[in-house]
Amino acid sequence: MATIDIDGVRKRFGNVDVLHGVDLTIADGEFVVLVGPSGCGKSTLLRLIAGLEDISRGAIRIDGERVNDLAPRARDIAMVFQSYALYPHMSVERNMDYSLRLRKTPAERAREAVEGAAGKLGIDRLLQRKPRTLSGGQRQRVAMGRAIVRTPKAFLFDEPLSNLDARLREQMRGEIKKMHQDLGATSIYVTHDQIEAMTLADRIVAMNEGLVQQIGPPRELYEHPTNLFVAGFIGSPAMNFIDATYRREGQNAFLVVGEKRLALDERDVADGTPVTLGLRAEDIAIDADPEDPGAIEATVELVEPLGLGTIVHVQALGTHIKALSLAVVEHRVGSRIWIRPHPEKFHVFEEATGRRLERKAQFAAELPA
Amino acid sequence: MSAATLKRAGYWTMHYAIIALYVAFALFPLYWLFKVSLTPTKLLYSEGVRMWPSRTTWENYGFVLTNSDFPRFFLNSVIVSVSTAVLVTVVASGAGYALSRFRFRGKFWLVGLMLITQMFPLVMLISPIFRIFTPLGLTDSLLGLIIVYTAFNIPFATFLMQSFFDGIPKDLEEAAMIDGAHRFTAFRQIILPLTLPGIAATLGFVFTAAWSELLFALMLISKTDASTFPVGLLTFVSKFSVDFGQMTAAGVLALIPACLFFFLIQRYLVRGLTAGAVKG
Amino acid sequence: MSVQAERRPGWHGTRRRFALRMEPYFYASPALIFIVAVMLVPLAIGLSYAFRDITLLNPFSGGFVGVQHFVDLWHDSDFWQALGNTVTWTVASVSLQFFLGLVLALRLYRPFPGRGLVQALVFVPWAVPMFLSGLNFAWLFNPVIGPLPHWLYAVGILSSPENILSDPAIAIWGPIVANVWWGVPFFAITLLAALQSIPPEIYEAAEIDGAGTWRRFADITVPFLAPTIAITVLLRAVWIANAPDLIVAMTGGGPADSTQIVASYIFTQAFKGLDFGYASAVATVLLMLLLVYALIVLMIRQSLLKAS
Repeated sequence: MATIDIDGVRKRFGNVDVLHGVDLTIADGEFVVLVGPSGCGKSTLLRLIAGLEDISRGAIRIDGERVNDLAPRARDIAMVFQSYALYPHMSVERNMDYSLRLRKTPAERAREAVEGAAGKLGIDRLLQRKPRTLSGGQRQRVAMGRAIVRTPKAFLFDEPLSNLDARLREQMRGEIKKMHQDLGATSIYVTHDQIEAMTLADRIVAMNEGLVQQIGPPRELYEHPTNLFVAGFIGSPAMNFIDATYRREGQNAFLVVGEKRLALDERDVADGTPVTLGLRAEDIAIDADPEDPGAIEATVELVEPLGLGTIVHVQALGTHIKALSLAVVEHRVGSRIWIRPHPEKFHVFEEATGRRLERKAQFAAELPA
Repeated sequence: MSAATLKRAGYWTMHYAIIALYVAFALFPLYWLFKVSLTPTKLLYSEGVRMWPSRTTWENYGFVLTNSDFPRFFLNSVIVSVSTAVLVTVVASGAGYALSRFRFRGKFWLVGLMLITQMFPLVMLISPIFRIFTPLGLTDSLLGLIIVYTAFNIPFATFLMQSFFDGIPKDLEEAAMIDGAHRFTAFRQIILPLTLPGIAATLGFVFTAAWSELLFALMLISKTDASTFPVGLLTFVSKFSVDFGQMTAAGVLALIPACLFFFLIQRYLVRGLTAGAVKG
Repeated sequence: MSVQAERRPGWHGTRRRFALRMEPYFYASPALIFIVAVMLVPLAIGLSYAFRDITLLNPFSGGFVGVQHFVDLWHDSDFWQALGNTVTWTVASVSLQFFLGLVLALRLYRPFPGRGLVQALVFVPWAVPMFLSGLNFAWLFNPVIGPLPHWLYAVGILSSPENILSDPAIAIWGPIVANVWWGVPFFAITLLAALQSIPPEIYEAAEIDGAGTWRRFADITVPFLAPTIAITVLLRAVWIANAPDLIVAMTGGGPADSTQIVASYIFTQAFKGLDFGYASAVATVLLMLLLVYALIVLMIRQSLLKAS
């Protein structure tokens, strides 16, 4: 197990910059998830760590040793591919012990390692089968087994669950998490699925357009997204965004949305600044008291029962807004209701830069030293 | 019977009539070759154009196999074609792999060069190659032919192998490299075994091409004991142009290895061409 | 440990970078060496022969003669005839091969009982060595043992059952027929592969939209096949123009050079005349003509790409 240091890493393919300088330090045993839309550079970063691509600038250190110029085979890492990349002409057993045979591990020890890993993953009965005879879930397990037979310094996962159906994905997600708890191995996991990121990660690295947007524990990204991108990417249903203007009259700060005024705590920004108000669906109460000054009139457009709760799509404040209620909602489409966003849960972003505007009282305290 | 049934019956009659015509067109010349080779010499002038002679004989084959240089020609052709096929497949696997897996500065020029060699007239090279090979002792030598045929077949074989490599996911050798293999180890242990059908097809194509080559063999070989089958047959034809039975018997013999290889690779032929288009 | 020193690649790193950069050449260089040594270098040398007097049996030859060969060529009626024959040979062979190949591919496209066998059988001619298919047709055209003259006489194409290969006016059609027989499978395979690459859903959608057999052929098949057809035909034409095997095997260019195409003329000059200088001059002219042709093909390709 090892620490991984990523220091000012850039990658350019021909004339295209894919990574614009990434800094990241991963602690021993940590589970880090790189998340972002396709083309954000997360897979490229993983491939740079694996040694499958050349680093253009910067350095990657595994356990303090600079690996920029080491071939993949010399880095002692294991990787699970999206396609699983099982060797089609080899049995499951040969697939799993290939890395051990390349390292000239004694046959006896190799067999123990394979049997141990196979037992852990529940594939011990499949050892003599060829990959093409396996189901998607079984292939996935073999790919994981191939990674854990040797004890590498780190595990890399490149969207390992995206070829599975929803049910299996949920199950494997749990198993990966359990495996990490057992082995305590340093892991870097790439996904575009923010639910996987939220459930698996010790820390999430949110990336967009070759830049790290935010690094932190899942809850921090969820509750304090540093910019519009992270706010919009993390969370499902996605955060509602409403164009607004920040106003301050004496001691009172409020947002103006169309004709509506929404009171909020003061932010460190000039009076009259255009901002984006972000509201999570679960922070909007439906069936509010019409007399409440924070209540907003809305027209129901669509009702989506989830079983667990209900998503109510409404037209309000001149835009479409989604509200999540854990109760069973029986509103008809077209009916008028009152919604009330929770004022403590307002996320305010400066429209021009997309950066988060913190409450003024906390602003100084939350700045990193 | 309804009109639709009639129409369908008419369609299928047409269909099979056209198919039958094509099969006849493709096979009749070969049938005739075989027929003449079985006709006794005495009957040739009286029954030459009958669909089947009144008496058949294998004596033409007996003569060709025992009293002529054809066994020697046959052996020479096998040596040249097998060596060429193996050599080309090895070299083209490397080049096809490079084209399939790497981005490198010389790639554009390499591909361009190979495409051009497919366009220009190879007869152009007959004079210079003859003059270059003579002092090197490569004329009247099977080695000389192998070298020439190898070079000529590399471009096509490279593109063929490239298309087979393209069909194998890159992830596989990346997984192997992470598992601890050198790229070359991954190439030998993971990629090549998966390309076996492609290797077989390439071997077949190149063997057939080398087996059929005539012009360079005519130019570079003048000694009988270094002649390949095409040269031997053509010399025989121009020398004994009335021994039709023996000529056609030799022709049938020349057909055997090429057709054998063709039937072996036939299924890869259409599959290989369609593999890229129809995803399975 | 200063960041500056870290970012500069070390000696070890330089070596790995170099090795990585050289890796593709490790795989490609044997092919490259063969092509350069056996094709490119002789090509350059061959072009130089065009300006020298090189006759194999004359030990005093080898001198520089400037453009003398090209002047001779201009006045060489055999060359001009060969050039005309090349056009006839190429156009007739390609168009017949293409047309028959297309009909065959359309027949083989849809499954029917016995398709596998039929497919194997009709592709057989392609496996026959070219020189042998030439010799075989020479025998088929021979009235002593071949049925073709008698059949042609019977249907009234020939006035007497004679060998067309010995009639200078029509002899060129002998090798053309052999070429068509040999080359139909190539077009059939290529077109069949192209046909099978059209997604069947498109036909199904068109059928649901109410398109009949003919409309589906005209509105889907033809536009889909057009690029493949254009490129295949144009490239195949070069290949056929460059391949003298059938002519060398069937007629040797005779009678009286009436079946000579430029490629076989080059071979005859080198092989029989041993006049490498003149052969190379003819070859140079052929190469120039092909270059012009290639440019035209590229331009057509560009406009096709633009159109689609």
